[in-house]
Amino acid sequence: MKSYNNLRFTIKIGGEAGQGIKSAGVMLAKVATRSGYHTYSYTEYPSLIRGGHNVTQIEIAEEPVTGPSDNTDFLIALNQETLDLHANELTSGSGVLMDTDKKLTLPKNCPFEVVSFPVPLKELAGKDLLVNTVALGATLALLKGDLEILKDLLQEAFGAKGEEVIAMNVKAAEAGYNYVVDTYAKGKNVIYKNYLEKKEITSDQIVINGNEAVALGAIAAGLQFAAIYPMSPISNILHVLAAHQEEYGYVYKQPEDEISAINMAIGASFAGARSMTTTSGGGFCLMTEGLGLAGMTETPLVIVDGMRGAPATGLPTWSEQSDMQMVLRAHQGDFPRIVLAAGDPEEAFYLTMQAFNLADKYQTPVVLLIDKNICENDQSFSLFDTSGYKVDRGKFTMTRVEDFKRFALAKDGISERSVPGSGNFFIANSDEHDEFGYSNEEIANRNEQMQKRMAKLETCATEDMAAPVLYGPEDAEVTLVSWGSNKGSILQAMKGFKERKVNFMHITWINPFPAEAVAAVLTKAKHVVNIECNYSAHMGSLIREKTGIEIKDNLLKYDGRPFFVEAIEAKLREVL
Amino acid sequence: MTDQIASITPVATDLNTPCSPTWCPGCGNFAILSAFKKAATQEGWNNTNTSMVAGIGCHGHIVNYVKLTSVEGLHGRAIPVGTGIKMANHELNVFVFTGDGDCMGEGGNHFIHACRRNHDITIVLHNNNIYGLTTGQTSPTSPHNFKTKSTPDGNPDYPLLPVPLAIASGATFVAREYAGNVKELTELLIRANSHKGISILEVVLPCVSFNKEFGAEFFKENTYRLPEDYDVTDKVAAFAKALEWGSHQVPLGVFYEEAKPSYESEIPQLQHNILLENTYMDRDVTGLLRKQG
Repeated sequence: MKSYNNLRFTIKIGGEAGQGIKSAGVMLAKVATRSGYHTYSYTEYPSLIRGGHNVTQIEIAEEPVTGPSDNTDFLIALNQETLDLHANELTSGSGVLMDTDKKLTLPKNCPFEVVSFPVPLKELAGKDLLVNTVALGATLALLKGDLEILKDLLQEAFGAKGEEVIAMNVKAAEAGYNYVVDTYAKGKNVIYKNYLEKKEITSDQIVINGNEAVALGAIAAGLQFAAIYPMSPISNILHVLAAHQEEYGYVYKQPEDEISAINMAIGASFAGARSMTTTSGGGFCLMTEGLGLAGMTETPLVIVDGMRGAPATGLPTWSEQSDMQMVLRAHQGDFPRIVLAAGDPEEAFYLTMQAFNLADKYQTPVVLLIDKNICENDQSFSLFDTSGYKVDRGKFTMTRVEDFKRFALAKDGISERSVPGSGNFFIANSDEHDEFGYSNEEIANRNEQMQKRMAKLETCATEDMAAPVLYGPEDAEVTLVSWGSNKGSILQAMKGFKERKVNFMHITWINPFPAEAVAAVLTKAKHVVNIECNYSAHMGSLIREKTGIEIKDNLLKYDGRPFFVEAIEAKLREVL
Repeated sequence: MTDQIASITPVATDLNTPCSPTWCPGCGNFAILSAFKKAATQEGWNNTNTSMVAGIGCHGHIVNYVKLTSVEGLHGRAIPVGTGIKMANHELNVFVFTGDGDCMGEGGNHFIHACRRNHDITIVLHNNNIYGLTTGQTSPTSPHNFKTKSTPDGNPDYPLLPVPLAIASGATFVAREYAGNVKELTELLIRANSHKGISILEVVLPCVSFNKEFGAEFFKENTYRLPEDYDVTDKVAAFAKALEWGSHQVPLGVFYEEAKPSYESEIPQLQHNILLENTYMDRDVTGLLRKQG
């Protein structure tokens, strides 16, 4: 158990790709959430559909838990590789559930005394597909979980597949549960630990990952058209959007490539639809040309970039935060772009919703950066609240205006927009153009139109840009600076340093950049550590560019893995 | 036939803009512009019902000369912009103007996928077998051994024919016309627009400045009209006809036409309204959020 918080523990389930590791993990997280706990899940898998090692860990705690630990309190091993690779994460007294059918054994170098529970998972399951469900049932018995909650979840998960599939799964869960009770209970009320014992539920909790949050945020924000080409780690955004399009009346279209995706979205947006596309770094490269087209033609567009290990194909199923400088600079020339970065699924949800309003208000592309850890890691949150949201179409008219000037000069940079079919004539022209949109290369016009477009950023900085959030005391011995999914690990680590005066500046606005607010925090700070998942400190560079302040102490990693909580704790111990 | 193009006089219509065409005198694009404006005037295409998209190349300047709300997009990317417009508002007539470099070179991928999807739009492919705007390099439709600034010793590559490519890719209306035949081109533009599904209209045109080989004389000598009794529904025969190109062997007219539901007619969300008119304000996602828990 963790020294700083004995109400938090980590369950890890591992096996081959295709054994349903991720879905078992999500189900376990939901059992925990419905039993009154908070959860954070982290999944590792290679770029394969079958074979290869998959592992999901679920952090369970009585208070919000936001980052992954590198210790494991309870390990569920469906194959030998799970034991070989993760035995070193076990601590003294950790529990291990392992499949006896496969004659699994703990490696000899396992450093601690652990409590192992062999269970004939395969035999109880009858077929390979059900092994994960048997393991879930067995786990609930060992951790005093409520089997009825699992049965409800199986019913929900397999409802569409019919009664037979549900019954098979329920039977498998019961088989695992009963085997453990029969074999290991020996009259004990708690067989191993009461980690999952049901508590009173005090709030309306959901378990959601960043992909689901972006998709649902987009729907809530009034999405009308999305064109998305599949790519890890954002494919699940399009799966969610595709599933609900008829119900909500928007269109999701799978295009032939990312170039088509962004151009379709621009076409739909030009015609008046709230439009988005999403991709990862490689797809964003292909969209670069379209990004500038949206900027030049002043067409609203939301782009979500789910960052993964790069460059080239890189680490397709692993995380990194190395697209920021590309997204800030992509495309030739100058045009206003708004760039935001979310730190967890909840922020991804609300920033996606805001991105649609910003795109319409400023008639320009808005990029939301999320990293793979946000895309695919499930976390529990209080139910998101959309009641305060209002769709804002900005300066927009569907009615005929005499002598309509689509690109009329305006101090705030924003001209009134219209759509084809309205009776208004204009050209969304990728060439430099005059107020109507006709191609125009005259000096005065060029200067006026360029200045008009760029003025949007100043307007946005004044009217919409948010200052970074400062977590922890204002006066601290150490100030951490970061962005993206590191937020969760940092906040989790800070719980162990409550009396040591650590604060953390979490930045979500990348462009325009809240330079004054950032500088104000940094100039007051005694020691600053910049934390990022990339090689060259993209945020550190941006801060230096915008504020002139160089952060010398950088904690960087680019191995595709997130910052485990212990790594942040170690850094804090080093500098405090 | 050179005279035919040179003698085209601009018609006074509401579609005129203050911009004067910058095309070279005698350029086939004048004829296409004229035919399009005639068709638009005849059919009542205006800013309440029609939108245009153009790619990059000499053809792309057309957006400045027709007073219909339009996008001049990126090189090769006009087609996805056009399909995006159509999905957002399928009541609009959508015309995509593109060129041989624009959509056989840079945007070839979009062309074949648009053909197989059957969006109800019209693609007008200005094919002059040369890169004109960049002052005369070989194009994907330039013949083998063709001498240009980029192929001074003759083109080592072989040409791509847009018509058979369109048929093979699944287009449901495929036609070719010569720009100078303004009357026939006007009729074909109207017919292409009224076809339900994707219409590919290749317009072969001379580039007076950089393509001496495929000038007006060439098209006068070598084009012929598909016969009256030609069966536009026979795909295999259409394909064979479409492969013809050469001395006295450039067919004009409709090669292939197939009745098939358009993309937009098969999307449930687009059956009652255009996409823009579907409700999108105040959507409630609470049920979906709870499902995650």
